[in-house]
Amino acid sequence: MALLELKNIKKFFGKVHALDGVNLEVKQPEVLALLGDNGAGKSTLAKIISGVYAPSSGEIYFDGKLMTKWDVQSARSKGIETVYQDRALAEQQSIASNIFMGRELSGSMSMGFINLKKQYEEAGNLMREIGLTSQAFTAKTPLLTLSGGELQGVAIARALYFKARLVILDEPVTALSLSECEKVYNFIDKVKKGGLSCILICHNIYQAFNTADRFVVLDRGRNVLNIEKKDISAQQLIDSMQEIAHSAHTQEMTVPVKKGKSNI
Amino acid sequence: MNKLTIKNNSVVSFLVGVIKDNMMPFRAAVFFIAMMAIFMIAKPDVFLDFRIYTAVFVSLPLIVFMSIPLVFIISSGQIDLSFPSVFGMGAWVFAASVAAGLSPVIGLMAALLTGVACGIANGLLVTTVGLSPLITTLGMNFLLRGIIHVGRAGYGISVVQLMGTPFYKVLVGRLGALPIQMIWALLFTFIGWLLYSRHRFGGHIRCIGDNQDSSREMGIRVDWIKTLAYIYLGIGASIAGVFSTLILYTFYPTAGAGYLLLVLASVFIGGTPTWGGVGTILGGFIGALDIAFIETGIIAIGFTGFWTQVFFGLIIVLSLIMHRTYKRAKY
Repeated sequence: MALLELKNIKKFFGKVHALDGVNLEVKQPEVLALLGDNGAGKSTLAKIISGVYAPSSGEIYFDGKLMTKWDVQSARSKGIETVYQDRALAEQQSIASNIFMGRELSGSMSMGFINLKKQYEEAGNLMREIGLTSQAFTAKTPLLTLSGGELQGVAIARALYFKARLVILDEPVTALSLSECEKVYNFIDKVKKGGLSCILICHNIYQAFNTADRFVVLDRGRNVLNIEKKDISAQQLIDSMQEIAHSAHTQEMTVPVKKGKSNI
Repeated sequence: MNKLTIKNNSVVSFLVGVIKDNMMPFRAAVFFIAMMAIFMIAKPDVFLDFRIYTAVFVSLPLIVFMSIPLVFIISSGQIDLSFPSVFGMGAWVFAASVAAGLSPVIGLMAALLTGVACGIANGLLVTTVGLSPLITTLGMNFLLRGIIHVGRAGYGISVVQLMGTPFYKVLVGRLGALPIQMIWALLFTFIGWLLYSRHRFGGHIRCIGDNQDSSREMGIRVDWIKTLAYIYLGIGASIAGVFSTLILYTFYPTAGAGYLLLVLASVFIGGTPTWGGVGTILGGFIGALDIAFIETGIIAIGFTGFWTQVFFGLIIVLSLIMHRTYKRAKY
């Protein structure tokens, strides 16, 4: 049974059809790479899965059950964590505040008061876990002084803390140095080894190919390719993507692929 | 001896830590101390006598009741310019209830509900309808004041019958030389500080002011929290309206009209910057102290009342320059 299943998801922004009947299945465990050109609908789909956008129509199944209510809170309660392209951080706030943003730690009888001490402790532990161990900052430090990779670390720390079952990473390595990219891919490996699922949205097909088990390609709001890694090589995947980019039609297409080893 | 040195060092480093964590209100406090020192040197007979403090503490709480919630509004990246008229609406509803023979407690509740209703109206117009906070609340300020003027045709309402009642004594009586409303203002500030620094509400307010889209993506109910902030200021302004009516024994249709710039100035002088995401409740209180004493002090040391506005303007501009410089230095 699939962990997450989307059926005929449509999303309209006024007259713009951002998603026009997307079907998607995420198994557990697997790393699914969601590929496509700019404007293909990848980030919109990620925001629908994470509950930020409500779909205009379509069905969402989680653990085989049809979800009647789907928003950020319900997606998070099911164990869906998202590392957004913009990282969804508040740069004047502390590292701890960012990790626990929207889910501040407090006791059951706290009436909404935050357990700051526990937040700082837990944030400190998480920072050590993901290698954010510079002397220059603590859990109380505002994000403004952190580098791009460190910011991505804070965004990832959220997913780690809240014990995700499905992690969505939207362009996680954009503007990161090579060593910082390495850390992100190590995190994805860790997710996979932990028996969890991951949706990786990525422009770099070579990076996606090394990391993912399956590839789904979106084109103008529709999914046009769904293929396992064992059935395609990196070069074939690139060729298919180029063909899709040049293709005028948006129907599900059959891509001629040969079984074989990856070219890379 | 050694132990004493270590203890002293840890006390010093603790104090340095506290000051570093509260740099914004600390600057406002330094300004306050310097200003009071000048006033004391210039007019020792006035400023070394407790009566001047009693006089200021009578009306200072009215500024505090509005400056504390306004810190929340500005930290969330919003603005509210309607609170002077909400002050007037609260005062009117309270005075009208008392004049109609209702218990002042019911009058107070009615005034608070009026504040809540005005806050909801502001919040809905800004969040659901999507109007600009600046224009919406400016419009609401005119609209509510217009309703008061039309409703009262320029006439006030006396509540002199409340003089000496337990209700009056509990809210605006005296504890020795101290006006009791000052204790209410301190309690209001403490609750505001708890909400701002220790509660999810304050945490969400800062995140929204910092990055609204991130807050939404992280599941913060942005529109609801913004509306709550407007409701909070509505409650603060209507409390100020009730206290003002009690202090003066009268509701005037112009009640609250002069507070717009004083309260805004308190927040900015206190150290809450204009760009959202950060703010200080302690600063909101100290800023109100600064404003209240500038007004009294300028006149006491021999300037005419016309000079107070010059000083307010100067101090606001200087405090904004200081915020900008501090931001550049820090980040």
